[in-house]
Amino acid sequence: MSGAADEPTWSDPGRKLSTDQQHAVIDALRTVLPTGCLLSEQSELRPYECDGLTAFRRLPMAVALPQNEAQVRDVLVTCRRFNVPVIARGAGTGLSGGAMPHPFGVILSLARLNQILDIDPVARTARVQPGVRNLAVSDASAPYGLYYAPDPSSQLACTIGGNVAENSGGVHCLKYGLTVHNVLGLRGYTIDGESIELGSAALDSPGLDLLALSIGSEGLLIVVTEVLLKLVPKPPHAQVVMASFDDVGKAGDAVAAIIAAGIIPAGLEMMDRKASAAVEPFVKAGYDLSAAAILLSEADGTATEVAAEVAEVERVLRNAGATAIAVSGSETERLRFWSGRKNAFPAAGRVSPDYYCMDGTIPRKRLGHMLKAIEQMEERYGLRCMNVFHAGDGNLHPLILFDANRSGEWERADRFGAEILELCVELGGTITGEHGVGIEKINSMCVQFSPAERAAFFAVKKAFDAAGLLNPGKAIPTLARCAEYGKMHVRHGTLPHPDLPRF
Amino acid sequence: MSSSLKEIRDRVVAANDAATPLRLRGSGTKDFYGEAFEGEILDLRSHSGIVDYEPSELVVTARCGTPIAEIEEALTARGQFLAFEPPAFQHSLRPARPGDHGAPTSPTLGGAIAAGLSGPRRMQVGAARDFVLGARLLTAEGEELRFGGSVMKNVAGFDVARLLCGSLGILGVMTEVSLKVLPRPRCERTLQLRLTQGEAIDVFNRSGSLPLPISAATWVDGVAWIRLSGAEPAVAAGLDRLGGAIVEDAVAATFWDSLRHQSHPFFSAQTVWRASVPSTAPPLAVEATTLVEWGGALRWYANGTDEVRSRAAACGGTALVWAGNATSSARFHPLSPVVAEIHRKLKQRFDPRGIFNRGRLVAGL
Repeated sequence: MSGAADEPTWSDPGRKLSTDQQHAVIDALRTVLPTGCLLSEQSELRPYECDGLTAFRRLPMAVALPQNEAQVRDVLVTCRRFNVPVIARGAGTGLSGGAMPHPFGVILSLARLNQILDIDPVARTARVQPGVRNLAVSDASAPYGLYYAPDPSSQLACTIGGNVAENSGGVHCLKYGLTVHNVLGLRGYTIDGESIELGSAALDSPGLDLLALSIGSEGLLIVVTEVLLKLVPKPPHAQVVMASFDDVGKAGDAVAAIIAAGIIPAGLEMMDRKASAAVEPFVKAGYDLSAAAILLSEADGTATEVAAEVAEVERVLRNAGATAIAVSGSETERLRFWSGRKNAFPAAGRVSPDYYCMDGTIPRKRLGHMLKAIEQMEERYGLRCMNVFHAGDGNLHPLILFDANRSGEWERADRFGAEILELCVELGGTITGEHGVGIEKINSMCVQFSPAERAAFFAVKKAFDAAGLLNPGKAIPTLARCAEYGKMHVRHGTLPHPDLPRF
Repeated sequence: MSSSLKEIRDRVVAANDAATPLRLRGSGTKDFYGEAFEGEILDLRSHSGIVDYEPSELVVTARCGTPIAEIEEALTARGQFLAFEPPAFQHSLRPARPGDHGAPTSPTLGGAIAAGLSGPRRMQVGAARDFVLGARLLTAEGEELRFGGSVMKNVAGFDVARLLCGSLGILGVMTEVSLKVLPRPRCERTLQLRLTQGEAIDVFNRSGSLPLPISAATWVDGVAWIRLSGAEPAVAAGLDRLGGAIVEDAVAATFWDSLRHQSHPFFSAQTVWRASVPSTAPPLAVEATTLVEWGGALRWYANGTDEVRSRAAACGGTALVWAGNATSSARFHPLSPVVAEIHRKLKQRFDPRGIFNRGRLVAGL
């Protein structure tokens, strides 16, 4: 590894442009885009000041809204010519600030590339533009008995392009995989405006697996203009088992027992008492509010297959000490059982003015340890935290409740979150399971990766984008940034991300 | 640092200092695969052993030199398996080595992941790279880097662990790998249908749209073989739906093993081409004996010519020379200029002196 040589000298937020230079860039972009496809007035830019991570906001220099691939290429070539950062954006539902603007950069919105180009029911593929919504793919495939498996909770709004950038997961990824397992090919452009195709309808491609490398690269390597998705047959039947536990540790052991019995449930989710208490008044899912934890395990397949799995899951859960078990008796009831889990984030928003969603993954067996540690942190930081958990794959979403209008609460929430992530790393896990690093977890990257490992990431970045113009300052922290974070750890009370504007 | 790792590191650092190429090697069962070797052999079998196996976490972590057979034995004891079915080639392509004594040689974990090859089940469960959760990479400077981890979901940093899968060792020494494992299917049955190649490809694709647990679909010698794996009721429903003749379990197991490990007589041909094409591509018009795998997505041609490559490319696929010297050009399908340039830059940054498996994956790199 060439080590420090790959450290970007262009590190955010160093690049600045004079007003004249900004006008020159905007004028140049206007010449390559049709009327109405370039925003540069402050009022027009406002909707793009943040993504789903609303704590970090700032205005971009301009927003480009190309309508086709050629315009995407022209925007890239123009930005490259002026050495201007490009931040690709889908629906802006991301939770880690991956699409947060650069003050002297261009937001490249792929929202208008929103066509499903082709659904091939025989090959079981969908060729779509990046601005197509996740759920729209499944809707369009439904007449053929097919669907697109990854189902992030934002699937009604989030786009396929954003899913590719983040390697999005969802409730069903233990059985059906993440985005990386369900994308066959990508088409797009490098920052130099060169057309690039990775993967294809054929399963293997020659050379290094740049397709896998590009998925989850958070807009740092290429800009995607077309995605070939794998579709899978829709299971004809599904049923969910809901079990109560009087102890979160027992619930965690029950998860291990299901896996050990050789069952891979279609979904396996857990909520703690605080989470079920928060959602129940709103969704009336029928959750057992006396339970310390609730487990939801879904079986899918043919009717007989589902019946057999449900019976076995029930048996395993009883042996694992479940205090109550309910099995969905109808599709309506199945959806009702899920409704609470799927509404955990909005419920957090109802019981608290603000909440901060974490996304660490840990080995499942460490769940009890983690939840106890979070309880202690709640006391220490004086903030409440409710926990929902993709239990099947160890992905934990603690929701830290706070009030941004109270002085110091956001800073406490931020530090609370950082401590959870550090514990995830210590327990053998990772700081982000599916939401991405973005700007939010960039400091925690210093905890998970050594300087040499981060240098390797910059080496990858440089191989694709030598000028460092694609989403600079995100996903991979520089040495300088990590040194600064190290200092902050010593000096508690210092505001993290001092260079970032707040609210 | 273990003594085996230290020895490997010392060799790597010395080679890097002297800018002399190294040929990374496990058991050598895939020596035939890829472009020609250059450099001194660095035998990685000494760095061996399962580091961690937690059946309830569905993860196994082992050192690069660990025999796949050892891993499979540990998994079998707990009712689990490596679902991507890494091949263990024993065929004539593998020259005898001193110390082999004719006994079957297991490939190593490092070799299996570096080659990134998958067996017949790939069409249902995914490829080797889909099961890679994390890897450690020893760099040319002798530093061990960790990418990914041992958890199912992990999007911190670029997915370098998956990049290493199939890299044929050109970026460094993969010293340790964490893989996702799966429970063995409870029930497995195989059926046969007498079909032409075109009919078989059609049947494979159409049945792929149905919610049936098809785990392998192959056509050879005028017979389509379809394997169903999963819960018993699902397998039974599949057998009902697809019809055909049910194959005796032992015969079926032998057949699928003969594809996975290439002990099937088809693979003893002088030259073998391997074409990766869209599963719906019609039979390629080439003069060669054909074997179809992965429900139509993988086509093998015994004694084919360069024509295989052009025909595969014409239908949106690629082709490589698997065995023999069937072409005057590169064994692997050529990369597009923009992709080749990214390869060059990655190699240059990960291995600036070009010491690791020089030229093995891409000529000149």
